[in-house]
Amino acid sequence: MKEAFTVPKTYAEINEKIRKGQAVVVTAEEMIDLVEEEGVKKAAEKVDVVTTGTFGPMCSSGAVLNTGHSTPRMKISKAWLNDVPAYCGLAAVDLYIGVTEPQQDDPLNTVHPGQFRYGGGHVIEDLIARKDVRLVAEAYGTDCYPRKALDTWINVKTLNQAYLLNPRNSYQNYNVAVNLSTQRDIYTYMGVVKKDLGSASFCSAGQLSPLLNDPYYRTIGIGTRIFLAGAQGYVYWEGTQHSPSEARGENGVPKCGSGTLAVVGDLKDMDTEFFRGASMLGYGCTAAVGIGIPIPILDEEMARYTAVKDADIVAPVVDYSHNYGHNEGKPLGYVSYAELKSGTININGRDIPTTPLSSYRKAQQIAGILKEWIARGEFFIQEPIQLLPTPDTGQKFKPLKERPVSGGVA
Amino acid sequence: METRRVVLRFPKHLLDKPITSQLVRQFDLEFNILRADITQESEGLLIMGLTGKKANLEKGLRWAREQGVEIQPLSKDVVRNEKACTHCGACINVCPTDALTIDLETRDVIFNANRCIACELCVPACPFRAMEVAF
Repeated sequence: MKEAFTVPKTYAEINEKIRKGQAVVVTAEEMIDLVEEEGVKKAAEKVDVVTTGTFGPMCSSGAVLNTGHSTPRMKISKAWLNDVPAYCGLAAVDLYIGVTEPQQDDPLNTVHPGQFRYGGGHVIEDLIARKDVRLVAEAYGTDCYPRKALDTWINVKTLNQAYLLNPRNSYQNYNVAVNLSTQRDIYTYMGVVKKDLGSASFCSAGQLSPLLNDPYYRTIGIGTRIFLAGAQGYVYWEGTQHSPSEARGENGVPKCGSGTLAVVGDLKDMDTEFFRGASMLGYGCTAAVGIGIPIPILDEEMARYTAVKDADIVAPVVDYSHNYGHNEGKPLGYVSYAELKSGTININGRDIPTTPLSSYRKAQQIAGILKEWIARGEFFIQEPIQLLPTPDTGQKFKPLKERPVSGGVA
Repeated sequence: METRRVVLRFPKHLLDKPITSQLVRQFDLEFNILRADITQESEGLLIMGLTGKKANLEKGLRWAREQGVEIQPLSKDVVRNEKACTHCGACINVCPTDALTIDLETRDVIFNANRCIACELCVPACPFRAMEVAF
């Protein structure tokens, strides 16, 4: 037999090739063409790593900051960073700033739709940009921590620790938001959605998105090294609402939001090109996070998964004027990312223009940078130390079951 | 024939004078008003498209300037902050004139200032506040 069939490969073999500068790395877009031209088997032999990328609003994000101790010492019990409240229920000078926290005096939605100009995501963006951020803090004072008030500038360069700790990022697929109301436009975390099926918002990089290229989480798990906002970061847990047991297509790809990742990385190494505070009109503050994940081509199966294309990934079209908010109804239908990216989808016989919220251009950029890092031998593939829950666990995202509290306020 | 989209600023003392009317009559121009405002400083603001023969357009605008009206092309007042734009596309559905569109090949968001009517709907709709309108 002339077949020198080298697959399956191991993580160690792939990393050895990266070390020697011999690894073949392609982006998930390039992998589509390669598999189409040469077939799964040849592509699996040839390619060592496929890089993915995504850049979009990811609400469940935030940063842990250790400011160092003041003199005298203080056990901070309330804190504001540029007037945005931070969480202080940790140790004396450990703070957590979440991206959806609005500024203290923000008018919110009192005049609808509110603008939400500055929030926790913008504070983190300013920290990454190495701008000074004002810290105002209060405390009740103890014998060991006598100080009661603080007002100072801080800078990421001088903080002891400053790292992103995002409980849920990189959603594997997501809803397409439409508006069935004939009365008014709606203002959602999916942007402005125009009345009477006037527009359809979607938010995934589709064929470039990390978890859509590894649908059963074979290689993306706890410990996986990733591109996080321009730095090297890690997956530290399954993301909140991780729901592997959703309906899947024949190719294994979930047909709605399902898997998610919790990620961590050092703010001091990040780049504002890939982390941006964001303001969603009438909804609130959030942040857009750039994530790229390398997928080792261990065998033919991984080559097939990473060749998934927009036409083969579908998403549910959901009414956000009523059904989403009230947990009612069913999707109006399913559309593919190829249709979504064509600019128009057809629902109920109507052509609806589409609005992307996820930047495909930035997703391409991220996949490209990660490819370069690996090709230059600066980034190695980390085998997960534990895999994420898979569909066979039956794990599914559950709604809250309310239990009446006697004497409670409904 | 040629169309120019311009921003006209009328100082306070010109507010009660029929300048626009004289401009279109004297120089045989057609006008399409996109927006008209009186600002807090009691200045008049008029954004419009003017169509006519090139020579007439130039003469007319020169005449209006001589009357004390400040004039500049619309495209100078509506700009995209290129550093802030992430090319997501969240703006394209609110734009009524397709001045903001997505290039289906490159996935870049294209801002065509020539189509912009300065309605400002994109300003708050952009999550990154990349659209800047200065009037």
